[in-house]
Order: sequence, then C-alpha cells, then structure tokens
Amino acid sequence: MLTNKKTLHIDIVSAEQEIFSGEVESVIASGEGGELGIMPGHTALLTQLKPGVVRLLKNNGEEDTFFVSGGMLEVQPHLVTVLADTVARAADLDEMAAVEAKERAEKILADKSADINYTLAATELAEAMAQLRIISQMRDKLGIK
Amino acid sequence: MSSSKEIRSKISGIKNTQKITSAMQMVAASKMRRAQDRMYRSRPYAKRIRQVISHIANGHPEYRHAFLEEREIKRVGYIIVSSDRGLCGGLNINLFKKALTSLKAWHNKEVEIDLCLIGVKAEHFFKRIGGKIVANATRLGETPSVVDLIGVVKVMLDAYRNGTIDALFIVANSFVNTMSQVPQVNQLLPIVHAAAEESESGHWDYIYEPDDAKKILDSLLDRYIESQVYQNVIENIACEQASRMVAMKNATDNAGKVIKDLKQAYNKARQAAITQELAEIVAGAAAV
Repeated sequence: MLTNKKTLHIDIVSAEQEIFSGEVESVIASGEGGELGIMPGHTALLTQLKPGVVRLLKNNGEEDTFFVSGGMLEVQPHLVTVLADTVARAADLDEMAAVEAKERAEKILADKSADINYTLAATELAEAMAQLRIISQMRDKLGIK
Repeated sequence: MSSSKEIRSKISGIKNTQKITSAMQMVAASKMRRAQDRMYRSRPYAKRIRQVISHIANGHPEYRHAFLEEREIKRVGYIIVSSDRGLCGGLNINLFKKALTSLKAWHNKEVEIDLCLIGVKAEHFFKRIGGKIVANATRLGETPSVVDLIGVVKVMLDAYRNGTIDALFIVANSFVNTMSQVPQVNQLLPIVHAAAEESESGHWDYIYEPDDAKKILDSLLDRYIESQVYQNVIENIACEQASRMVAMKNATDNAGKVIKDLKQAYNKARQAAITQELAEIVAGAAAV
C-alpha cells in the first residue's frame, strides 16, 4: 500500500453518467451514520449516503460540491467511489412505481377485447372469402353460371 | 396527355417521400450518436458496482444472497426491451423472434413465463401472441432515466424474491456497429457469478455503516440490476436509431430508383405524344 501518498482518487458515478473523477485531498459526505470526513489512507469503508452534499477539497485549496440524492460510498485507502442515485429513493416511492408498472400491464390485458374482436372479425372475413373463392372455382369447373 | 400528367404527379409524390426519408435518416444519425454517448457514459457505474458486489460476496461467503443463488426453475421472468416506434427495419421483429425461440424452449420444459414489456412495439406484439404480462413501461422517449425503470424492475425483483419466478432474463438488441445490431438474451438473475477478483492486498473487509453488510448488499444488488436494465434500454435505443438510419437510407435510395424509372416512362410518353402529333400534322398536310 502506498502510505505516503497525499491525495486520494475519487470517482462519482451515477447510473446515467460519470459525474466527477480526479485527485482530491479530502472528501466530506453525509453518510447514514453521520458526517464523514475522508482523508488519504482511510480504512476501507462502505456506507449508504443520505441525500445531501458531497464536498471535495482539492489540492489547490478549491472546493467542489456535488449534490447527491442518496447512494453508496465506498472507501479504500486511496480510492473513493460514490455510487450516486439519480433520484431520492424511498421504499414507498419505489412501491408506488412498481404498482404503476403492474397497473399498466393489467390495462393491456384488460383492453384485449377490442383487439380480439378485430382479429376475430378478420379471420371470419378471411374464411368467408376463401369459401366464396372455392364456390366460384367449382362453378367454373362445372360450367354453371 | 393525361398519362404524362399522372406520371408527373407520381414523381412529385415520390420526391416528397424521399425528402421525408432522407430527413429521417439524418435525424436518426444524430440521435444515434447521442444515444451511443449515453450508452458509454452509463458503463463506469455498472463496472464499479460490480467490483464492490464481488468484493462483498467474496468477503461474506456465509451469507448467500438470493440473487446469487441458483435454484430449481419452475417459472421464469423475461424483460423484453423494444422500441416505441416503427420504421426501423427488422429490428423489433428479429428481437421478438429471438425472444420467442427462447420462450418456446422454456415452454417445452413446462416452465411458466412472466413477461415484462418495455416499449410500445413489444406491448402490441405480445398482446397478440398472448402471455402473462406482469409489468409494462412504454413511451420512455429518447432519453429515459433510471427513474422510469424503477417500477418495472421492482416488480420483477419482488417476484424473484417471493419465489414467484426463479430466473430473470432480459432480451434486447446489442449494438455491434451502425450496420449490425444483434438481439440477445441475457440472464439477469441469478447473477452469473464473475470469477472472484483477487484483491491486491490479500483478505480485507469493509467497515459497514450501518453495520449490516446484508442490507447494503441488498440495496447494491437492486441498483445493479436496475443499472443493467437501464443499460440495455439505452443500448436498444442506440440500435433503434442505427437501424432506422439504415432503413431510411435504403428507402431514400429506392425512392431514387423509382423516380429514375418513372422519369424514363414520362419521357417515353412525352416522346410518343410528340411523334403522334407530328404524324397527324404530316397526314393532314398530305390530305391537303
């Protein structure tokens, strides 16, 4: 392990895009258990993040802040990864989305009737036309007008 | 002459169609590029999350998460990702063919199937074919976000957790290059365990906060599957645009050919009319 390194590498990624990647001096984030300050050489840690701000202190004294709506923070001695959620997640909100998805599926199954009537009519029509064709063919064969 | 007039109006009609198809081709080309960008942007997340998951899974061999555990298969779930719109060549129908072959294989083994449909085209197709549709998401647009997919993914994950389904597959097009998109069936659950990545410094473990590795692993795995589905959806959009671009290019070329033929016919008709007129004049003059 590199113990004399003065910076740590941080990647902030969300499912949709990479938000930040680079070397910083320290990271401050609000974890599930409270505020966290992470300096180079921090022991390996994995925590859930609360919706809040992730602050990065850069080498030149500048500070960068990113808002995350929750997610996961992974710390290794010289590598920090923030797996940011794109939206605030809560069990009941997720449940609602799932219920909506189910309802949409049920709706498809429910309004099957209209479509079925159409297909039914189409097949009946095809059958009738086939019968007519056969009848006219037979007439031609037998020479009946 | 009425026939030459008819041909002229036909030509102008096809020219209009050609304008539309060539415009659609260009729009699809630019949309494809953007979709591809989004596709690449979403990759780091999945890679990172996979690393963390494999580390936890290796660090806690005693805790076997249901998502990592193979079990006897009695019912399977399929997420089928299609496009919302048509005019993209054989993209969707090839995908459905692939899906049906795979579904049929399960059917022959007397395994039941739950379907989760993404995209209008899949909705219409499987409504006709029949099948148990348990979740549905349509009209996500060109820039879907993970939020749009949380619902459908949760339905399938819950079904897996409850033991309703014993495996989960996703059918989507994979983007090879602009000219070729290949429909693929991939297994989402149980997660095909990647070979244990050896950590460089021997065995170590995280400090967990809250101090519950299982809870963290749970939410990580949920997010992992969500990101996988999201990636497939994005990739399918890139495929849709690429396929549409090619289809529209062909349509534009074909329209050009038809116009060429029609122009030839038009010129012939015009020439015939002139010849006939001349013949009439000559005949008239001779009679005098």
